[in-house]
Amino acid sequence: MSLLLADAVTKRFAGITALDNVSIDVEADEIVGLIGPNGAGKTTFFNCLLGLLKPDGGEITFDGRDLTRVPTHRRARLGIGRTFQRIELFTGMTPREHLLVAERARRGTGALWKDVIGRGRPTAEEQERAEATLTLLGLMPVADRKVEALSLGIGRLVEVGRALMTEPSLLLLDEPSSGLDRNETSLLASTLREVQRERKMAILLVEHDVDFVRSLVSRVFVLDFGTLIAAGTTHDVFADAAVRRAYLGEMV
Amino acid sequence: MQELISAVIRGVPIGCVYALVALGFVLTYKTSGVFNLAFGAQAFVSAAVYYVLRIRHGWPIWAAFVIAVVLLGPLLGLLLDRALFRYLRTAPTVAKLVTSLGLLVAVPGIVSLLLNFGNSPAYGPTGIMYHGDVAYHFGSYALQRDQIATIVVTLLAAIGLTAIFRFTAIGLRMRAVVESPRMTELAGVNADRVGAVSWMLSSFFAGLAGVLLAPLFPQLSSENYFLLIVAAIAAAAFASLTSLPMAFLGGLLLGIVNQILTVKLPTDSILAQGLRPSLPFVALFLLLVLWPGLKNRREVTDPLAGVDPPPPGFAADERSVALTRATHVFGALVALGFTWWILTQADSFWLALFTQAVVFSVIFLSITVINGMAGQISLCQATFAAIGALATAQLANNFGMSVLATMVIGAVLAAAVGALLALPALRLGGIFLALATLAFALFFENVMVKFSWVSGGRVPPTVPRPVIGSINFNSDKNFFLLSVVVLAIVSVVVIFVRSGTTGRYLDALRSSEVAASSIGINPARARITAFALSAGIAGLGGGLLAIQEKFANYQADFSVVFGLFWVVLVVSIGARTVEGAIQGGFGLKIFPELILLRLLHVSSTWQFIVFGLGAIAYAKNPEGTLEAGKRKSLNFIQRLLDKRAGRASPDDQPVATLDLPPTEPASAVGSEA
Ligand SMILES: Nc1ncnc2c1ncn2[C@@H]1O[C@H](COP(=O)(O)OP(=O)(O)OP(=O)(O)O)[C@@H](O)[C@H]1O
Ligand SMILES: [Mg+2]
Repeated sequence: MSLLLADAVTKRFAGITALDNVSIDVEADEIVGLIGPNGAGKTTFFNCLLGLLKPDGGEITFDGRDLTRVPTHRRARLGIGRTFQRIELFTGMTPREHLLVAERARRGTGALWKDVIGRGRPTAEEQERAEATLTLLGLMPVADRKVEALSLGIGRLVEVGRALMTEPSLLLLDEPSSGLDRNETSLLASTLREVQRERKMAILLVEHDVDFVRSLVSRVFVLDFGTLIAAGTTHDVFADAAVRRAYLGEMV
Repeated sequence: MQELISAVIRGVPIGCVYALVALGFVLTYKTSGVFNLAFGAQAFVSAAVYYVLRIRHGWPIWAAFVIAVVLLGPLLGLLLDRALFRYLRTAPTVAKLVTSLGLLVAVPGIVSLLLNFGNSPAYGPTGIMYHGDVAYHFGSYALQRDQIATIVVTLLAAIGLTAIFRFTAIGLRMRAVVESPRMTELAGVNADRVGAVSWMLSSFFAGLAGVLLAPLFPQLSSENYFLLIVAAIAAAAFASLTSLPMAFLGGLLLGIVNQILTVKLPTDSILAQGLRPSLPFVALFLLLVLWPGLKNRREVTDPLAGVDPPPPGFAADERSVALTRATHVFGALVALGFTWWILTQADSFWLALFTQAVVFSVIFLSITVINGMAGQISLCQATFAAIGALATAQLANNFGMSVLATMVIGAVLAAAVGALLALPALRLGGIFLALATLAFALFFENVMVKFSWVSGGRVPPTVPRPVIGSINFNSDKNFFLLSVVVLAIVSVVVIFVRSGTTGRYLDALRSSEVAASSIGINPARARITAFALSAGIAGLGGGLLAIQEKFANYQADFSVVFGLFWVVLVVSIGARTVEGAIQGGFGLKIFPELILLRLLHVSSTWQFIVFGLGAIAYAKNPEGTLEAGKRKSLNFIQRLLDKRAGRASPDDQPVATLDLPPTEPASAVGSEA
């Protein structure tokens, strides 16, 4: 039984079919790549997985559960975490605060009456867990700076950390290396590998950087203009002629 | 049947006025994105000038009409666009809304000062026809000359607008903008000129509606005109905020249905008395919540498109710990000294006034919660306060409960009503929440207040002062202390909530709703919580006010228009901090009495002008003038301190930001990680 099973997902926007019968499966604890040229529909697919967009057709099953009627915030609680291509951080908060909010959301222990009597602040245990993740991602030195003052690379790590706090069994990463330089990218790759080893989760990775993908994943799906044109092990897919034409052609 | 037809006929003229208003409203909404709540105020300006020229100076109709409507209308629109809305084109919707709210409060004040309406009330406004009330009979149906004129003028205006859209260059461009604002921006249409012209046209329509409507009222007052906007928004919602012909039709229908209801409902029933005048609000509320054209608006927009930009951090967060402690000590000393002065020196007049200032500070903290924390605009805070006040009175009178207990019950009741109201409205998002709350407030005022079990009928219900053991709160000094204690408790609660789960969730939601829901935060639940808390605080403050005044007086304390003024007042001072709410309370009660009447010897109407215009600055300082001023002075002090310590001030260092487009390599300030 796959962890994630997207079956024939279709999404149309006025005029264009952004996703056309896309079927993707991800097993537990596996890192899978999703690649494709600009506008292929990768981000749209993520939005459908998380319920930010409603697919026009198809079915998404997660952990044996049909997600069709599950709202976004519940999907997060079920164990789907994500980062954003266009970074979406909480302005005015520090990395530590980002993680603490996510930790509180995961526990769901916040209640208005607790706030009212002054018991709404993070507990020692929550602080500890946030620090563990900050340390894992190497964010401790910047933990108490406002995110607006941090670099994009750090911002992406904060997004990863925020998603990790919800203890996802599936982590969706949308182009985590875009906008990063070489050093930052390889640092990110090794951090992700370490995160995956330590926290045990499946990762679905959208990326343009081919080396980055190869260094991390075992299987790849290729999207082009909303249709799945190839799927298989990394080695097979990158050898595939159609893939090279559609996607790598411009890069090789 | 005949009765029905004559009702329809009588409905047409008023429907025509609604249609004019709806046209003007949709026009500016579509071209500049402004939900112009001040539309009624603009109508009032033309009506007032027309009245003064016609009645006070005895001008002929045509001359007064040309000056008041044909010239003044477009001129006012041009002024508003050039001086104000032009700069707000890309501002967040809430900022635009607050700006028009500020105008709504300030403009009637300015008019009545300039035209001396305070000294000689404007009785018996007349229409645009001589002998306007003479009726012509068509078979068994009758129409007055004024009504006929209204229909003719409306038709001419509609034909004129169509002609402009069809045959002039600027009209074609305007139509393009109205039909698809985004497309035309890409095509490089000069949005500036289109904006100016549509404001002029819209304002002309407002003036026309204002003058045509005047004879329906015994007296010219800005409040009557304020209600116009409700009809306009209802008609606009009917048109899904897009189509001009549909808006016209919606206005017309609203007028006709209104008349039919008058005839069909039994005249003596409270339902008829309540429902007829409140039809526009009921229609508006139902349309907002149920109309499919609006329901889909969220789905079609890009889910990842930015929401309103989150506010900057608190000024207080930016200063050093020592400075924070110093200001806290200073603040506590001021509060203590002030309390001492009131308890020992003040006479009963000032004691009552200051007690009310404290009570209003409690009410205003509800605005801190809903606007400052949740980033939403609610226009029915006065209604929540009224629910608290009336429940306090009615329960204490009818069931003999202790007023302190009924005050708490009133607060809980207000919170429950708030949650129920937010449930359908929040799904619609910021601007529609504001409108739904406005519709609710007007519904409460025009329907619920008429029931004697709600408001006690004609005579406001009395409220006893509580007695706890040996402490008798009939003593005004004791009651003052009680109010201060309540204010302190509510302030602490607001601060706790802001730094607790709810506050953090709301902060996250304001920055990025998608990111917040991606970590499992339920947006609707967080917002409903904030809304209910805010309503509860308003209800508590309302109850306290009723106990202080010994009456729960809806008309005198809680009418919709006051509620709008409260929002404007608090927002213009600063809705994000507890101090802002407290200064708002004192601004409401002490400022007019002490500064305006005693020091400057001017009319208290000035308070509407001062705070109304203050709210207009919201777009520039969304945190309010207080917080902006504090930041400035703090930066100054901090720099002085830093200089003395020989450090460079933080302002001098370049700061890399995350606002860069993702493809750009970001400069690495935090790269020591
Ligand atoms: N909300 C939307 N409304 C209309 N069209 C959209 C929307 N979101 C995406 N699209 C369109 O759907 C197609 C797929 O877009 P998507 O963002 O999913 O591509 P992508 O694979 O993530 O590309 P990139 O590599 O540039 O991030 C594009 O043609 C895009 O213009
Ligand atoms: Mg994308």
